[in-house]
Amino acid sequence: MPIVMDGDRIARTLTRIAHEILERSKGLDDLALVGIQRRGVPLARRIAGIIKKIHETDGPPAGHAGTGDLLIGELDITLYRDDFQRHRASAQPMVGRTDIPFSIDDKRILLVDDVLYTGRTIRAALDALIEFGRPNSIHLAVLVDRGHRELPIKADYVGKNLPTSRSQSIQVRLVETDGRDEVEIQG
Amino acid sequence: MKKDLLGIGDLTRDEIYRVLDTAVAMREIGERPIKKVPTLRGKTVVNLFYEASTRTRTSFEIAEKRLSADTLNIAVSTSSVQKGETLADTAMNLEAMSPDMIVLRHASSGACHLLSRICKSRIINAGDGMHEHPTQALLDAFTIRQHKKTIEGLKVAIVGDLLHSRVLRSNVLLLTKLGAEVWVSGPPTLVPRGIQQRVKVSTSVEAAIADADVIMMLRIQQERMQGAYFPSLREYFQLFGMTRERVRLARPDVIIMHPGPMNRGVEIASDVADGPHSVILEQVANGVAVRMAVLYLLAGGVEDEAAA
Repeated sequence: MPIVMDGDRIARTLTRIAHEILERSKGLDDLALVGIQRRGVPLARRIAGIIKKIHETDGPPAGHAGTGDLLIGELDITLYRDDFQRHRASAQPMVGRTDIPFSIDDKRILLVDDVLYTGRTIRAALDALIEFGRPNSIHLAVLVDRGHRELPIKADYVGKNLPTSRSQSIQVRLVETDGRDEVEIQG
Repeated sequence: MKKDLLGIGDLTRDEIYRVLDTAVAMREIGERPIKKVPTLRGKTVVNLFYEASTRTRTSFEIAEKRLSADTLNIAVSTSSVQKGETLADTAMNLEAMSPDMIVLRHASSGACHLLSRICKSRIINAGDGMHEHPTQALLDAFTIRQHKKTIEGLKVAIVGDLLHSRVLRSNVLLLTKLGAEVWVSGPPTLVPRGIQQRVKVSTSVEAAIADADVIMMLRIQQERMQGAYFPSLREYFQLFGMTRERVRLARPDVIIMHPGPMNRGVEIASDVADGPHSVILEQVANGVAVRMAVLYLLAGGVEDEAAA
């Protein structure tokens, strides 16, 4: 099956997204990254790491101080899914960890996920997030956008647009969760 | 998971770990500013309690509400049971109003199995007679795991009224399934027959708790005792009560557990119940998370014939 992104490509893509975030967000003071379980979490950490590095090399953006350290949270959306009643009783999806160790009130939140597909995960994530407080704004960054939206949801930062058919599946693998970095199309 | 949670006896090791792992995520919900998720929206849960209960009923109700289920409590003292209705009739009438789950506490062993046979609703056993109390054993295991990381290989001593205790039965089944070394101790009159096939039995509490990682105290259930099982509560405390001196026989990092309600000065000294080794109130806190996990895992949509 074709590998559409390798480790090098993923790294360059995340660096580009980090630059875009810095360019558009004008200062990092109230910016926080929230990764969606499972693979959005390591992606959020990586983007935060790259932003910090750029910050250290280039210095803070004009008129802004700060260390370049971003707040990072983890969000599991299992309990907010809309297909909860469609699973077999014996196959309830496993609930992952949610850990948002800061108040999201008045923050600019950047949600991070690996693949954007129907938009239903993001809908669930928005519902979940809003119960933690009232952020100033919520934006979305994804590594891959494969189309076929079923809800009016759009990503603000896209690593790669990947036209697919519904019968195909996209497998994102990351070193932190799967031992290596790659994006594969199956089917 | 099967359709119902009737006892630990029906659960596999994997299913037990699934509940415990899910409960970790559920615990976090209780620490949020808004302690609620929409997962069981539109589900109706009936809490049917034929026996007095504060902890278990409150715990289930909070768990149900945190998952957004619609809950109703039937206190038997104000229901038609007072007019002579049987459990089966009450259950079938409730069933006619199509609840999704029934949480049952009953004084007769096997009451939940009866309901399971006649109801389509999912049945959760909240304690049936002297049989089982599965959610208590699960929350105990969750608490042990929190403190000791693992359950396998631990020495767990259970002391008290072994004969009348459904908590004992569920805990023995669960702990031995997960590989703990279980010791039990109590007056010879209160040791159930045949228990030595599963656990080590000692009438000396000192032997049972020596180097234990976990000590679990059980209440003397006077309401279930017909006849004299031991001379006096004072003598019972002398022989089996958990005192500071006895706690020193266990490992220095021992945790002391009690499912409640406890009788201070009967099975446990006050300074032990409130002391540094006690995790009794943590058990109560964990009860909500564990019951949320059970409700979530049983509430799946499509009926699974293979597992039912």
